[in-house]
Amino acid sequence: MQSTAHDFKDNVGAALADPNLQDSLAKLKVGFSERRRQAAERLPEFEALRDRARDIKDHALANLDFYLEEFERKVMALGGHVHWAPTAADARQIIGELCRSVGARTVAKSKSMVAEEIALNEHLEALGIAPIETDLGEYIIQLRHEPPSHIIAPAVHLTKDQVADTFLEHHAPLGFTRRLTERNDLVAEARHVLRQKFLDADVGLTGANFLVAETGSSMLVTNEGNADLSNTLPKMHIVLASIEKVIPTLEDAAVLLRVLARSATGQESSAYTTLNTGPKRNDDLDGPSAYHVVLLDNGRSSVLGTKMQDMLRCIRCGACMNHCPVYGAIGGHAYGWVYPGPIGAVLTPQLIGVEEAGDLPNASTFCGRCESVCPVRIPLPRLMRHWREREFERHLTPWTARQGLALWAWFARRPRLYRGMAQIANRMLAMCGRAEGRYRMLPLAGGWTRFRDFPAPPPGGTFHAQWARTGGKRP
Amino acid sequence: MSTPPEVRPAPPRRVALFVTCLVDLFRPAVGFAAVKLLEQAGCTVEVPPLQVCCGQPAYNSGDRASTRAIAAQVIDAFAGFEAVVVPSGSCGGMLVHHYPGLFDDDPGMKARAEDLARRSHELTSFLVDVLGVKTVAARYDGTVTYHDSCSGLRELGVKEQPRRLLASVEGLRLREMQTPEICCGFGGTFCVKYPDISNAMVGEKSADVVATGADTLLAGDLGCLMNMAGKLQREGRHVRVRHVAEVLAGMGDIAAIGEPEAKR
Repeated sequence: MQSTAHDFKDNVGAALADPNLQDSLAKLKVGFSERRRQAAERLPEFEALRDRARDIKDHALANLDFYLEEFERKVMALGGHVHWAPTAADARQIIGELCRSVGARTVAKSKSMVAEEIALNEHLEALGIAPIETDLGEYIIQLRHEPPSHIIAPAVHLTKDQVADTFLEHHAPLGFTRRLTERNDLVAEARHVLRQKFLDADVGLTGANFLVAETGSSMLVTNEGNADLSNTLPKMHIVLASIEKVIPTLEDAAVLLRVLARSATGQESSAYTTLNTGPKRNDDLDGPSAYHVVLLDNGRSSVLGTKMQDMLRCIRCGACMNHCPVYGAIGGHAYGWVYPGPIGAVLTPQLIGVEEAGDLPNASTFCGRCESVCPVRIPLPRLMRHWREREFERHLTPWTARQGLALWAWFARRPRLYRGMAQIANRMLAMCGRAEGRYRMLPLAGGWTRFRDFPAPPPGGTFHAQWARTGGKRP
Repeated sequence: MSTPPEVRPAPPRRVALFVTCLVDLFRPAVGFAAVKLLEQAGCTVEVPPLQVCCGQPAYNSGDRASTRAIAAQVIDAFAGFEAVVVPSGSCGGMLVHHYPGLFDDDPGMKARAEDLARRSHELTSFLVDVLGVKTVAARYDGTVTYHDSCSGLRELGVKEQPRRLLASVEGLRLREMQTPEICCGFGGTFCVKYPDISNAMVGEKSADVVATGADTLLAGDLGCLMNMAGKLQREGRHVRVRHVAEVLAGMGDIAAIGEPEAKR
């Protein structure tokens, strides 16, 4: 996916001015967080499970080489194949060749953020292979040629009316000429259109929520069952997953599943949880005859063993974005790449460079709500701060901000001088703002006063000046 | 029948006030209110003269070297006090949570930072959790709503303490917002670096405040308060905005944040 992260501020302007988006976000903010809260409340051991989930992922990451090799051994023993893709380009090439090896014309895709990360659809189209998104949200945005705006609800930025218009435009040539207004009718029509595509697809491509080392299984959760059709009907099934998805055992998967759906949608579990364990066996009634797993690194292994490793615990539930007031104001597209919200602000600079995505970790108030709901307790504010420090070290921070900060820090390290300056500033602000008690405009504070009044201090001087004057007595 | 006496360590008596730069510059009354509350609870309050800022602007801008230098200065300034009390969750969070991590490569300084962290407290949390204060002698005629500032809430667990003390203020009624725990959009330099996003956030907060029908908005952090006051006033709302310490100290009759003195 082509990044627009460097245009963050422009993207924000567009997002704030989009009434449909703002409408959708207003619903998302309340809905997701309320459902998660209720789900967490219903499960007394939820907080303890979060600790266990964190520990499981930490253990897997500390022994990632071991579990990945174990996973590969198991897949091969089942008659499947494992492909190692160091970069996005490698992954695209591997998948393109696999598709061509079976003469594929269409690929039924189940939702995969990693496929977005490697821009797989564009690559397949260039090879003359049609990728068909089968997740409802992904299907809608594919018709509209838009990127996903949320990792588990890719079309959450759209209103029902927009979806109705999109379906009418694209389904009319297939004979569906009535504009639908009911949610269930829209779903039924999409289901109808997609059904034949499942049957026609030559290759099914899915992501994976977890890769289980002890069994060689890939595990996938959906609420639509589309993944099951994607991986059962076509003759070849390709699993595309990044390396940090591997966990040791099915027992571990059970713990992670218990926090995943609750954190994501407030469900106790997703409607479908599917384990794919190798190709069709002789006595199986159905299933793919060829089973391939493509393991993508794309810069992740370089994070191992560093202070940033915690970001790899992410199980892609989306809770951080559902609870982020910044995401809630601007939506996912403004972040400009595959992963939005707090986890995007941490992952994107790692995956495509902090020069490109430098705004993302800065566009946070560090309110900490993301960390407070993360099922694997990723310290997202700390990781965002890490990027700010890298930007500062590399002089990527804007010049004016650096100079202002340097001047302030110089004074802050000279308490007596700072005290004097504060007293002067206090006197001036108090005097000029005395009549109104506040300012509607203030030089050098346009970012503030464009939207807010600025309070003037009351007369009498700074606290320290008053304290010193009265010898430590209250006025 | 008598119950055994509660075994508690003696509360610290000689405490230092960390005034914070915003209180010093924009709202000295918060500092005096804090002093009053602490003295009423039996403490002797000192204000170490060489204190300035906790270093948050540098820390959140990625300038670790300046942050360390400022933190070292704060650690020196507050050496030797039994407790350090801060009328701000975010400055308090800085001392309690973030200072030790700044000195991972310097065991001597790290130990001193951890020592300061153990002694440092947000004001309402110190009054309730450490000193065991249950009531205050104050009166405030009005309906208030309370915004939970993010750092105080999530880094220091400040939630019930201010509410418990407010419940003892005569004449005061508390009416909660729908989302008191959601950020107001201040975020230090965030509010001027990303003013459009900040404005969207504080606009929602303002709507939530207004919907409660409260005539007064309280919180424990001056940055958030200035942000919310500025938005409410720009929108022409008649909500007075005050630091919670002012009301608890019985100083609720002074001009509210952003209001002129003359209109008292």
